[in-house]
Amino acid sequence: MTEVLSAPLVVEFPFTRSLGPVQSAFLTGLRERTVLGVRTADGKVLVPPVEYDPGTAEELRDLVKVAATGTVTTWAWNPGPRRGQPLDTAFAWVLVRLDGADTALLHALDAPGPDAVRTGMRVRVRWAAERTGAITDIACFEPYEEGEATGHQITAHSGEFGGETAVTGIVAPARLDYTYSPGRAQSQYIHALSGRRTVGERCPSCRKVYVPPRGACPTCGVATAEQVEVGPRGTVTTFCIVNIKAKGLDIEVPYVYGHIALDGADLALHGRIGGIPYDQVRMGLRVEPVWTDGGRYPDHYRPTGEPDADYDTYKELL
Amino acid sequence: MTGEFRDVAIVAFAQTDHRRRTDELSEVEMLMPVLHEVLERTGLATADIGFTCSGSSDYLAGRAFSFTMALDGVGAWPPISESHVEMDGAWALYEAWVKLQTGEADTALVYSYGKSSPGSVRDVLTRQLDPYYLAPLWPDSVALAALQAQALIDAGDTDEPALAGVAARSRDAARANSHAQIGGSVPQGDYVVRPLRTGDCPPIGDGAAAVVLAAGERARELCGRPAWIRGIDHRIEPHSLGVRDLTDSPSTRLAAERAGAFARPVDTAELHAPFTSQEVVLRKALRLGDDVTVNPSGGALAANPVMAAGLIRLGEAAARVHRGASDRAFAHATSGPCLQQNLVAVLEGDPR
Repeated sequence: MTEVLSAPLVVEFPFTRSLGPVQSAFLTGLRERTVLGVRTADGKVLVPPVEYDPGTAEELRDLVKVAATGTVTTWAWNPGPRRGQPLDTAFAWVLVRLDGADTALLHALDAPGPDAVRTGMRVRVRWAAERTGAITDIACFEPYEEGEATGHQITAHSGEFGGETAVTGIVAPARLDYTYSPGRAQSQYIHALSGRRTVGERCPSCRKVYVPPRGACPTCGVATAEQVEVGPRGTVTTFCIVNIKAKGLDIEVPYVYGHIALDGADLALHGRIGGIPYDQVRMGLRVEPVWTDGGRYPDHYRPTGEPDADYDTYKELL
Repeated sequence: MTGEFRDVAIVAFAQTDHRRRTDELSEVEMLMPVLHEVLERTGLATADIGFTCSGSSDYLAGRAFSFTMALDGVGAWPPISESHVEMDGAWALYEAWVKLQTGEADTALVYSYGKSSPGSVRDVLTRQLDPYYLAPLWPDSVALAALQAQALIDAGDTDEPALAGVAARSRDAARANSHAQIGGSVPQGDYVVRPLRTGDCPPIGDGAAAVVLAAGERARELCGRPAWIRGIDHRIEPHSLGVRDLTDSPSTRLAAERAGAFARPVDTAELHAPFTSQEVVLRKALRLGDDVTVNPSGGALAANPVMAAGLIRLGEAAARVHRGASDRAFAHATSGPCLQQNLVAVLEGDPR
């Protein structure tokens, strides 16, 4: 059993999302230090507001302004803030029913400790210094015990803020960190590559050799385990000519990317084909890997000079 | 659900030993032994299966299109009739049940798997939340469960000692479950997010599960005592947490009603309650009395492979019917924060 490989893997992506009219008004309002809700047909005020009534699915457009003060409806003390959370010191997660609202908003409460937090306590919005039209324009809530509940003092609102440009979308960056392990079969494949060998695995049932091996035969649904060294030479089974330069890739276009059936393998892998003008690459071309110093896999494949393989020898691998 | 339905039963169930890490295994390598085991129990081969459906999420291990790799373990070439849900396998089972209702298949293989070990599942699960109002705050899964727990405490529905009791009972039951990740005496520990302590939270780990469904006489051929699905339904809460009453689960109750759950008493309930406080909510919604054996497997507090833990509840309840330890059982699965979405199935064995 070879050593299990692992490597850091970061999945990072910015979601760019458009807003409906109600969400747009709400987030524009936060930027302008105003909290808007939306009123349902039966007179309930939803904060944060949604575009459709969660009970009836009716379209909601009746915006109202509510207070920036409210009451905690439930809370949870977070002793260890995590990346991306609103505060970087211990805080309470809270659901807050703002004065004038009938529903509660999730956010953080900046409090000295859990003993300073309770359900029913009065809080107010602490606005972020820089506001862009996002839920994080509320930096957090803070205790406001001196502030009595003001009851349902709501006022109708147009959703417009005196000629200020409305927020029409958000960009929500997300990042997740992993330590990825590829498992037994792929670890062994990668280990072999470090010795410039290509090792596949044979299915005990149908005897096919899979390269790269993924640990299972997709035809028989059984584990592959028997190691089989294949190549290093192989046959181009099919190919394409790439005319678009990929971002961050230092290869001149046009170049050829092909499927290569290494000798002894029953599955073609793919790789770049070089050392030959792009318009002379053909099905059946015999190729061999070209390694570069420090490379962990073949940089590309080049012609061996052998006669082309007969179509019948690779037609099952197309 | 009402009207005439085709009799469909869970005829076999298998699961991995659930573990904190499985670095030496890819997802398909982890899953494959379970697929082989569940097929072996019925004597079926892949080619005999009419429909295959799986549940998983690429975000857990950060591996794009991992479910297509997992299909290698089924033997999906040449192409088979197959589907996938980016949900817990309990919902894959629901899809398979519908497929069998159409008459297009008589047997189905349902599987699901989750590898939480490569990532940080508390953070990963924030990505399923409302992208406008919640996700930018990164409220992790324990934090949201803790808000629900505090609401229950405020409402007088539970308290910290009672929650510790749920944890202790579950881990004690898990002693008899060789697949469980943790069992026996587990300290309640410190607060993770108050009021939830380590002991109130599920273990984080990797695992997989599979079941075979069969219709009518085919089920009787494949299993001595099939676990008939007498009803199955799933419902969802409004997506905004602040709109919901977090101390109740109307969606669970409605799903149970639609599944015919309250027609007769049950002896067993396998509840998918990853946090102790959620069992309190589910017991209330499903009107479970002390005469019902709840989570004899230890439940999600003993092993919580995300995306498989719901299917395991169906499998565990069915396995008790298979071996005659239950005649009528609830199986429940959940998805999303604070019991956002809930599935209830009623399983019955033939009279003895």
